[in-house]
Amino acid sequence: MSERSERSATRVFLVDDHRLFLSGVRAELAGRADIVGEATDVESAVEGIRATEPDVVLLDVHLPGGGGRAVIETVRPSHPGVVFLALSVSDAAEDVIGVIRAGARGYVTKTIAAGDLAAAVERVREGDAVFSPRLAGFVLDAFAGDVPPGAALDPELDQITPREREVLRLLARGYTYKEIARRLEVSIKTVESHVSSVLRKLQLSSRHELTRWATDRRLI
Amino acid sequence: MAGAMASTPRSPLASLPPGLARRRDERVVAGVCAGVARWIGVDPLVVRVATVILSLANGVGVVAYLVAWLVLPVEDEDAARTVEPPAGAGRGRAAEMALGVGCVTLGTLLLVRWVAPFFPDGLVWPAAIGGLGIGVALARAGDGDHRWRELAARLPGNPVEALRGGAGAWVRIAAGAVLLVVGLATFLATNGAFASLGAIGVSVVATALGGALILGPWIARLVRQLGEERRERIRNEERADMAAHLHDSVLQTLALIQRHADSPPQARSLARRQERELRAWLYDDRRRAGDGAADTLAAALDRLADEVEADHGGTQVEVVTVGDCPLDPGVEALVKAAREAVVNALRHSGAPEVSVYAEVAGGRVEAFVRDRGRGFDPATVDGDRHGIARSIVARMARHAGRADVTSAPGEGTEVALSVACQPEPAP
Repeated sequence: MSERSERSATRVFLVDDHRLFLSGVRAELAGRADIVGEATDVESAVEGIRATEPDVVLLDVHLPGGGGRAVIETVRPSHPGVVFLALSVSDAAEDVIGVIRAGARGYVTKTIAAGDLAAAVERVREGDAVFSPRLAGFVLDAFAGDVPPGAALDPELDQITPREREVLRLLARGYTYKEIARRLEVSIKTVESHVSSVLRKLQLSSRHELTRWATDRRLI
Repeated sequence: MAGAMASTPRSPLASLPPGLARRRDERVVAGVCAGVARWIGVDPLVVRVATVILSLANGVGVVAYLVAWLVLPVEDEDAARTVEPPAGAGRGRAAEMALGVGCVTLGTLLLVRWVAPFFPDGLVWPAAIGGLGIGVALARAGDGDHRWRELAARLPGNPVEALRGGAGAWVRIAAGAVLLVVGLATFLATNGAFASLGAIGVSVVATALGGALILGPWIARLVRQLGEERRERIRNEERADMAAHLHDSVLQTLALIQRHADSPPQARSLARRQERELRAWLYDDRRRAGDGAADTLAAALDRLADEVEADHGGTQVEVVTVGDCPLDPGVEALVKAAREAVVNALRHSGAPEVSVYAEVAGGRVEAFVRDRGRGFDPATVDGDRHGIARSIVARMARHAGRADVTSAPGEGTEVALSVACQPEPAP
């Protein structure tokens, strides 16, 4: 606790091409985070993030000049310490999965309440993952089904454990980490580590479903 | 080498005397005579007459001209002098060009005949007409000097390439083809080839080859254009579809929201409803097609959320669905039970938000309706709530399903529903 209070406010960089939305987020985060900069397109975002080196970048998925993915992919190699939290109105699976696989630590929708957004920013700053119920649903979809026979899969990456599935299902049902911890009778830290592990798998897995997933879904 | 000529105006021979170049701006055929004349410093007419005389004398003229055409660089130094001809001038140029090619062919053949007299007129005249035809086909008029220059630069390179493009090009190509065919036919006829049946085949093949050579690129382009036009039409239809949708739903909703600006819950639920609709329309093809098409669990749950939100202003129903299945009676009962649970939660829990999660796996649908409201103690519930809980349980039981209500005061409520379902529709 004392460590928390000694730490300076989280330095947040906002990237969104809708100025109206930018000013809304700025007002919501006022007093809870330190907004160090804003950008409305990929190029200025990359420049601004490199110049200000924020703790957390709140990143819109749809941006002129290549989208949120392009920002992450450009900035991450040189600034691995900057974490990205994707923020979008889009619920399209390929957008959400795409930005997570590019390296975002979480995804929340723009309708998120102000307090929840500030909490999500804190959470990703501390290195944890932030899953909205919808993202949890997408991941369950992506890792659903039997592994195709004969497919060369890395069990470490290409499958989620029963416990992780349980956590994801509770997330999709609208449970908070705290509620999940109580329900599964584990610590919040354990829940967080399960979610982080799922995030890692989502980012690194070469599971067939993940690459072809969006197309598959459209065909259903 | 010809290709290099076409793409760069520099001489391929480093040893060429400086200043010697083709003059496209003064040319009759390719500007060789004009270039040489300028280099020597005489009137181009002198060089041209000399070339013709040389050609008729022993053929040196023609050969020298062709070699110079290939070797000499193109000079455009006097671009300022090259006044853009009026739009119609290209047509005159085209005729000039055609005549030029025809004359060169005729001259060459007359020369060859003079040197080696065994070529009869039956070859000379048809070939001359054919040359004229090629000239007409290659010439593209009507686009001003630029096109013309482009063509001239390409001529020694790939004549087929030169056939492409240009408004009305097909008229010239057709005229060229006719002339070619006439040339070929005359040739075959005067040589008595039609007498033998085999020669007819030859003439047909030759004619077809000539036509294909000239028309091939044009046909290919036509096909490509048709494809592009179709794609464009599809795009336009999509755009019109989008515009219609935006008008019917989004603009209407925005107008309604403005009218309800003093009533936040109503404005909010309008915005919410429109958001859901637009989202489904943009991102979810199954649900977009949903109206009359095969009904599925996911579509039914989305509709449920829609309707409940509309009936209970200011509330939110978040639906997450994993997998999908057709809406058979059992699944329909589950959706109805879920709806009761949602309405119940909104009415009694005091929470403005309800989460619905449904998962299809292993031949079963599981659905959870959860709120974070005040909750209740299942042991001491009042009659109304118990009744609803019971009706949900009974409804599920009729379809061999299950319903469990979990709640505690201050902890919110969760209703878990499950029922067997048919496998997911095949893709």
